[in-house]
Amino acid sequence: MAHVANATHNEDYLHHGKGLWSWMTTLDHKRIGLMYFLSILVFFFIGGIYALLIRTELIAPGSTIMGPDQYNKVMTYHGSIMVFMVIIPGIPAFLGNFLLPIMLGAKDVAFPRLNLASYYVFMLGAFISVTSLFTTGVDTGWTFYTPYSLQTKSGVILMVAGAFTMGMSSILTGLNFIVTVHRLRAPGMTMTRMPLMVWALYSTAILQVLATPVLGITLLLLIFERLFGVGIFDSTLGGDPVLFQHFFWFYSHPAVYIMILPAMGVISELIATFSRKTIFGYTAIAYSSLAIAVLSFFVWGHHLFVSGQSEWAGILFSFITMLVGVPTAIKMFNWVATMYRGSVKLDAPMLFAVGFMFLFLIGGLTGIMLATIALDVHLHDTYFVVAHFHYVMVGGTLMAFMGGIYYWFPKMFGKMVNEFPAKLSWFFIFLGFNVTFFPQFILGSLGMPRRYFDYLPEFTALNRISTVGSYLIATGFLIALGTIIHGLIAGRKATANPWGGKTLEWTIASPPIHDNFNKIPVITAGPYEYR
Amino acid sequence: MRSFLPPQASTFAGQWDLLYDSLLLVSFLGGAILIVAMLYFIVKYRRRTDTDKTAYISHNYYLEFLWTFIPLLVFLGVFAWGAYVYYLQRKVPENAIEIGVTGWQWRWDFQYKSGKKTTNELVVPINTPVKLVMTSGDVIHSLFIPSFRTKQDAVPGMYTMLWFEANQLGTFQIFCTEFCGLQHSNMLAKLKVLPQNEFNEWLSLSDSGQGKAGDSPAQRGSALYQSKACSACHSLDGKTVIGPSFKEIFGKTELLSDGSSALVDENYIRESILNPNAKVVKGFTPGQMPPFQGQLTDDEITDLIEFIKTVK
Ligand code: HEM
Ligand SMILES: [Cu+2]
Repeated sequence: MAHVANATHNEDYLHHGKGLWSWMTTLDHKRIGLMYFLSILVFFFIGGIYALLIRTELIAPGSTIMGPDQYNKVMTYHGSIMVFMVIIPGIPAFLGNFLLPIMLGAKDVAFPRLNLASYYVFMLGAFISVTSLFTTGVDTGWTFYTPYSLQTKSGVILMVAGAFTMGMSSILTGLNFIVTVHRLRAPGMTMTRMPLMVWALYSTAILQVLATPVLGITLLLLIFERLFGVGIFDSTLGGDPVLFQHFFWFYSHPAVYIMILPAMGVISELIATFSRKTIFGYTAIAYSSLAIAVLSFFVWGHHLFVSGQSEWAGILFSFITMLVGVPTAIKMFNWVATMYRGSVKLDAPMLFAVGFMFLFLIGGLTGIMLATIALDVHLHDTYFVVAHFHYVMVGGTLMAFMGGIYYWFPKMFGKMVNEFPAKLSWFFIFLGFNVTFFPQFILGSLGMPRRYFDYLPEFTALNRISTVGSYLIATGFLIALGTIIHGLIAGRKATANPWGGKTLEWTIASPPIHDNFNKIPVITAGPYEYR
Repeated sequence: MRSFLPPQASTFAGQWDLLYDSLLLVSFLGGAILIVAMLYFIVKYRRRTDTDKTAYISHNYYLEFLWTFIPLLVFLGVFAWGAYVYYLQRKVPENAIEIGVTGWQWRWDFQYKSGKKTTNELVVPINTPVKLVMTSGDVIHSLFIPSFRTKQDAVPGMYTMLWFEANQLGTFQIFCTEFCGLQHSNMLAKLKVLPQNEFNEWLSLSDSGQGKAGDSPAQRGSALYQSKACSACHSLDGKTVIGPSFKEIFGKTELLSDGSSALVDENYIRESILNPNAKVVKGFTPGQMPPFQGQLTDDEITDLIEFIKTVK
């Protein structure tokens, strides 16, 4: 009899419990991870359509397919959806949820119910934001700067309330991860034996818990100010509009590291596995994540160099921002050093890691240029900044995300995707990305401001190239989608460890059983023991 | 002149371009080291069999020290150079002429001391430092002059400043770079740099279509000084009545009753008018002056400031 009970328990998590209801009420971190995956895919698709609308409008000066009011809304929804509903939750909530407990040798996160609640809070927030579309729409840009956001259409309240709600979800997930890392490590899993992905998720979680409340309060104040005119940001009531920018970036600069740190975790895993080599400078990589997390709280003013903030403050912020460059550079060097005397295989996930190295490097170096206070005076709020943050958020985070999906896909679904179309998707995304965004560095240097519905005729050629590039990226993502769907339906069966990884998730079945481990493992060595 | 930067037309544009070029070069070299090493390793150490053994190298303190401290030094050097050029961009020469700027949805108003007003056309003399004292009438805007390599936000309820010295004749583009709504991308203005004599001539001409040039801001401010009864408490000749005299007050550093001190600039005066008790000069009693919040428009406050600047 005991046998039978055991058998159901050993069923893989995808079949443990059937029907939609068993998914919607699941407490299994792996299923919750996949629910995030599906939701984020949908949001990414919507955000992507908006991106194509923006680029198509900008294919020529003047009005091409829409008017200025529509354009401003399209640009706002593109930015808000991509930031709050794709890039921020992407890696932590999906890959992190799926992997964190397994990588620690645990059966689940510390608070499974809270985990499910976070998902629903996130979806509620997303829903509230999106309903603003059906009212007046929002046209402030994703940064909601006052006093414009106090005067424009009322949809702002819904959008901001949605972002506030999603922030709550982010805090809850962060809390859950911190406690999980501290309390649920398997016997022998010391902090210094944790995979670097876990270190990255842990640093991210700290940022989520400490920074997000500030955004929450700021957004609430914005709503209060709009509804009741309390006079915090509105200068006609004695408020200070620039204060909003300080509050906003006090969250949103750490948030850019909420976006990139998990990606750096993914890259560490990919490079170790596909070089079949122990990671170089484990301690340096782990601690540089923490250093970035701490420093990122003190650099927000680099978004305000020309806002009227005091000049001395600007110089100080420029200085501290330079310091953030150091741990970032350390990581890059360590990854390259890991490949030295390795056994490097350019499977699709590794191609994305290599693409990440190239694009994130450009993003980081242009970040240093922007941190150079004199240069930022000219470059601020031009297309140079647009190019910079796409190089880090798309070239960095999204590339890592794609690599991570291809890498862990066999583990999640027990099936392999076809290599060739996966590589082809990389090719189009990588090429298209550079064609789209590299010209924007030049546009910005030439002085083309961002958030422009229309532009001077001399900017036409570069804008046109950029638009063509965006169609190439879209092609790449469609190929990727096809590859994944094909893998789900008709993929070959995956073995437990198709890539030769050394972290714990590769020691268990693909797909994992409901409880992850039949027996909690006892850890006796570090995570990358290729000897 | 290169194709990826606008023409240089201000005194610090050359310095800016040198910094930009140097950073591009350093970034390119630093980046190339990393990328070339990576590509080399990918090829040289490509996987040959599925059972390849690899070296077990966990760290190397010497190397790690080098790639921590070399970037640190480079970044700090870049920071210092950037701070120096920023100093050039922000340090206004004493002899700069002042022009008032107000951003509106969606236009730029420029106001000269002579009383001349223009919209979307800023005219300045060549080889003369010009200081723009900026504010906004509604939401935040940002005045960006690519050929001069400078920009500054114009914020409602606050004065910000920007300066430049044009060293090329010609017409240059001004953009608004802070998103300000529907016509943001149309909030364009032209900057004309004229030889000094042509500039003087232009300034003395009355605005075509507007008839005779109006009173100067300082003249309007002087009238407000009488009509709003500032004169009851603030003398112009240095005598202390109830409040401090306006004589030579602009640019002075006042000792405050809480022991700190404050520079009398545009923002200080604005605050003193709207909320007199925020900073009280040592020796005066708080609560004597009524707050003028809601009783003066932003334009009127600007006029008063212009007037106070002239009280010598
Ligand atoms: C070496 C690391 C980095 C440095 C030194 C850096 C520096 C800067 C600076 C100085 C700005 C302000 C530019 C301006 O507004 O004029 C900026 C903007 C921005 N950065 Fe970075 N950055 C770095 C990495 C990242 C990363 C990793 C991300 C995200 C994954 C990111 C996302 C952004 C975004 C979204 C903006 C623009 C925000 C907006 O105005 O909408 N940056 N960066
Ligand atoms: Cu930042």
